[in-house]
Amino acid sequence: MNGPASNHSGVRVQVRGLRKSFGDQPVLRGVSLEVEPGETFVIMGPSGSGKSVLLKHIIGLETPDEGDILIEGESVQSRGFMDKYRMAMVFQSGALLNSLNVAENVGLYLTEHRLKSPEEIRRIVAEKLEIVGLTGSEDKMPSELSGGMKKRVAIARALVVEPQLILYDEPTSELDPLMAVTIAEEIVNLKARIHVTSIVVSHDRDLAFGVADRIAMIADGEIIFVGKPAEVRACTEPGVRKFLAAEFKLNKT
Amino acid sequence: MFQNIGEMVLLLWRTIQSLPLIWRQRAKVFDQLFEIGNASLLMACILSVFIGGVIALQTGVLLVDRGLGSFLGGVVGVAIAQELAPVMMSILIAGRIGSAMAAEIGSMRVYQEIDALRTMNINPVHYLVMPRVVAIALTLPMLVIFAILVGWFGGAMVAAYNKHIAISFQAFFNSLRDTVEFHDVRNGLVKSFIFAIIIGLVCCHQGLVTIGGPRGIGRSVTKAVVNSIVLILIANYFLTRVLINID
Repeated sequence: MNGPASNHSGVRVQVRGLRKSFGDQPVLRGVSLEVEPGETFVIMGPSGSGKSVLLKHIIGLETPDEGDILIEGESVQSRGFMDKYRMAMVFQSGALLNSLNVAENVGLYLTEHRLKSPEEIRRIVAEKLEIVGLTGSEDKMPSELSGGMKKRVAIARALVVEPQLILYDEPTSELDPLMAVTIAEEIVNLKARIHVTSIVVSHDRDLAFGVADRIAMIADGEIIFVGKPAEVRACTEPGVRKFLAAEFKLNKT
Repeated sequence: MFQNIGEMVLLLWRTIQSLPLIWRQRAKVFDQLFEIGNASLLMACILSVFIGGVIALQTGVLLVDRGLGSFLGGVVGVAIAQELAPVMMSILIAGRIGSAMAAEIGSMRVYQEIDALRTMNINPVHYLVMPRVVAIALTLPMLVIFAILVGWFGGAMVAAYNKHIAISFQAFFNSLRDTVEFHDVRNGLVKSFIFAIIIGLVCCHQGLVTIGGPRGIGRSVTKAVVNSIVLILIANYFLTRVLINID
């Protein structure tokens, strides 16, 4: 690939004192964390805790009220930052362009940046679709795909970028358990293959403990614990315990 | 309101800056050209015939009563070329094409497609706004030329076949040829070009700032069309002042 910084190593991510409010509602209250190059870092927490907003800040889609996000020591808000690093995000809804078919969606990055010839792009698209188990879906429109298929197309689209940092927003929501496992395997394989730094936002505990090198627990816009999966399991912090111990206890009389 | 104006000026500047990429985005520009032409040509034809007809009807009866029927072609010709064709076609395009633009971009915004573009380092102004503004700026003047010709024809029809007016085609077009000058048509085209920029920018901007779900998209579409029409009518007055001075 002839895009920016054409190496496959992951990048270091540092979040420093991030604060964000929407109107009077504080969403992030001084979040700080550090993700090592090539690490799979899971941010876990209940709905509305600020996970997705944090992810949007990391990729530069939101501007912080206070604090900064540094990739390899460089602020994501700095001019020309996106030209230097290859980053990709898998949105919760897939966020496929509805006017384009699957092949056009997957190859969009290469087409728009004119990085490959049309034949090359077709080959790469077919290769990435094969990885996510969607061979032969090139001509389908997003409206013809199920939620899970859309998510897999979104992952294929992210793979095309050959990212140094990949962000997943609830990658297993709306997926059946089998497909959730496939996606989790793909997250792990991708790390092994291209040593990408991955940040996964999820409230899926199985996914988190399955793929994470480290897990951060977030509640009410604050990081309440960061540690390896075993450390999180052993953590006695009430917020973490409450989240991990939550299960259905229904009286069916 | 001032924030909106500021954002639109910024959007205009970014669109102008992205113009060197027009060849790269030519496929999208052609798509939009086809979309605009296809969606509006028939409507433009119907609208123009009846606008020409009603102007001929209103002014024809008055002029004929005062023995000035021989000026009818000129009056209808200038009114359509300078004012009615550019303004009415712009309103038509704002309603038909601008609303679709605001809805499409608004839904892309709501469903995070624009965020997805940004994460791929694809500038939404280059990818979405510039092709649409360029297409509308090319199409609207062409549509106005078409509307002028059809409007003149509509006026001539009413002038010839209405028994209170009864001015022949030949007399109508002789008057029109003697009165209408090149700058009348040119002024109409200049206006339509500027109106096209207004429609493109207002509607794309409204799409880009859409928030909320389907209701937000609906709100954006309404604002896009209403703001476009208001700005077209305001701009029309000031453009007319400027163009009269130039002539």
